[in-house]
Amino acid sequence: MTSPVIFKFRLFIAGEAMNSTQAIANLTALCRIHLLNRHEIEVVDVFLEPKRALADRVFMTPTLLKLGPLPKRRIVGTLSQTKLVLQALGLSDLPK
Amino acid sequence: MKSSLPSIAKNSNKAPTGIAGFDEITGGGLPRERTTLLVGGPGSGKTVLALQFMAHGAQNCDEPGIFVAFEETSGRIVQNAESFGWNLADLQKKKIFFMDAQPMPDMVQSGDFDLGGMLAALEAQINEMGARRIVFDALDIVLALLPDPAARRREIYRLHDWLLERELTGIITLKSGMDESHSMSEQSFGFMQFMVDCAVILNHSAERGVSQRGLRVLKYRGSGFDENEAPFLIGKKGFEVIVARTLDRVDTEVTSERISSGVERLDTMLNGGYYRGASILITGFSGTAKTTLSGTFAEAACQRDEHTMFVSFDSDGSEVVRNLASVGIQLDRYVKKGILRMVSARAITGSAETYLARIKMLAKEHGARCLIIDPISTWSKSGNDLSAHSVAERLIDWSKAEGITLVCTRLLDEMSSLAEGSSPLQISTLVDTWIHLNYLVQAGERNRGLSIIKSRGTAHSNQVRELILSDTGVNLADTYTAGGEVLMGTLRWEKERAERSLHEANDAAVKLKRVKLDAEEAELEVRVKSLNVELLAKQIERDLLVSSTANHEGELSRGRTRMSELRGADASKAEVKLP
Repeated sequence: MTSPVIFKFRLFIAGEAMNSTQAIANLTALCRIHLLNRHEIEVVDVFLEPKRALADRVFMTPTLLKLGPLPKRRIVGTLSQTKLVLQALGLSDLPK
Repeated sequence: MKSSLPSIAKNSNKAPTGIAGFDEITGGGLPRERTTLLVGGPGSGKTVLALQFMAHGAQNCDEPGIFVAFEETSGRIVQNAESFGWNLADLQKKKIFFMDAQPMPDMVQSGDFDLGGMLAALEAQINEMGARRIVFDALDIVLALLPDPAARRREIYRLHDWLLERELTGIITLKSGMDESHSMSEQSFGFMQFMVDCAVILNHSAERGVSQRGLRVLKYRGSGFDENEAPFLIGKKGFEVIVARTLDRVDTEVTSERISSGVERLDTMLNGGYYRGASILITGFSGTAKTTLSGTFAEAACQRDEHTMFVSFDSDGSEVVRNLASVGIQLDRYVKKGILRMVSARAITGSAETYLARIKMLAKEHGARCLIIDPISTWSKSGNDLSAHSVAERLIDWSKAEGITLVCTRLLDEMSSLAEGSSPLQISTLVDTWIHLNYLVQAGERNRGLSIIKSRGTAHSNQVRELILSDTGVNLADTYTAGGEVLMGTLRWEKERAERSLHEANDAAVKLKRVKLDAEEAELEVRVKSLNVELLAKQIERDLLVSSTANHEGELSRGRTRMSELRGADASKAEVKLP
């Protein structure tokens, strides 16, 4: 854990939809706790940039893409089950 | 949005699917700008139907479409549909957009989500290409990911509202299954059924090992539709729904033209032959020359230069040709000329529906005016009991509508009588002419008898005739009734011979009598002649006598006068005394 790995996220949301708002909140909270200062979040609103959703094959919102570090991951939903999300991101065994 | 719908389509509130039969059932297609739910088990043909709807819209109605694939990838869908000849690869460039929306296998789901992303992406795509049709194939896949029924319901509503708002003609397909894992989709199905404007159910089952497909329109808001389950099949060109003749279909023109059955005396019995466009049923046990009789018909048709198709379920086409050649029916040259098409239906496997569809297709391809199906009873075998009858019915209907003269044979098994009660294929009421062939076993011989049981609109002979096959052809012979028994074969021949010899004897007797009479007459004539001669002699004799007597008297009187003169007697006295 010498050189910090930057986690790159892309979160697709659907405007002001409730689950989208929840997902943004959950993600930022999670990053603040587990990935402080070593994450980048790009939020894409599918209503504004539908072509990007198509390009990334995102059909359900919210969808979180972990672009780096590899392996890439795709998590669909509000990200409410923190443990599951951490597992999926490969963060579950990291010390807090 | 570029929408240049053809005027006909604009007037109609239905979007044609281009599926033969389906548009008929629904009176024009799917409800335009509404949503149709398509439900069916695995392999029931949901995707094919949806895809055909899409392809037809893009190609023929100027209605581009979007196909959202939740289950299969678009690549595979296009590949699978390649054989149908819908030209998808070409359409894909501009008119049809495939959206691969299969959930990624490594996708993790945490918490609630919705389809907003997909709809937004679709929206952009729709605006770009001016799509009018949309298909959501296997929506159950994505519904299954949603955490609870409430969320599913919400997303279904969202989708439905979205479709209505965009005035898209949509199809949503859902899997229906019997097992537990699909109970979810059953729930959603029940709910969606109420929501959508049209619901169609596809069934696929195997009846004694033979695949049977059926389609049923469950509901159709604001439109009448055929409520019965209609059989369908997925043929070479895609979906084909088989519809029974509906009441509003216009009757086909009937003709009173007669065409030959190929057997001269049979034509006479039928008062001139079969009617053109009629359906003729030939029943009989095996070996009663059903095929031969249909062969003569084929030959006669070919001689008239009419395209003819001979569908044989029993043997290969070439076998039929060879076998018929042995009774003087030469079909070989017509096959070579391309007038006659032999189809071996053993090569076609599947349900009666499949047979019918293939036969129809081949007949159309060949431009057949005469069609022979030998035997049609094959259809009632192997799990087709239920459908065979309606298939035969539709075959007859169809051939009538096309003006094709149809000859079909039906094998009766040895046990069954003429009564058709036990048989599942009761088509004798539908056909126009019914010829029955049977055996008559007499004096150690089997002979073939032919009788016309019915022939609509035709005066026909009620006599049983004997059917004689020889290497010069087929002929009919009168049968003999002796003591209430019909004689055929050798017995008939014997009877004929006996009659002939009797006739000859009679002839001889008459001749003899005539000769005798001639002789008597001649004799009498001779006698008459000789009598005449005798008469003449007598007459001469008498004349002679008279004249000699007169001479004598003259002599006497002259002598007396002379004497008186000599005596010097009174001359006047002497004159007076003379006679």
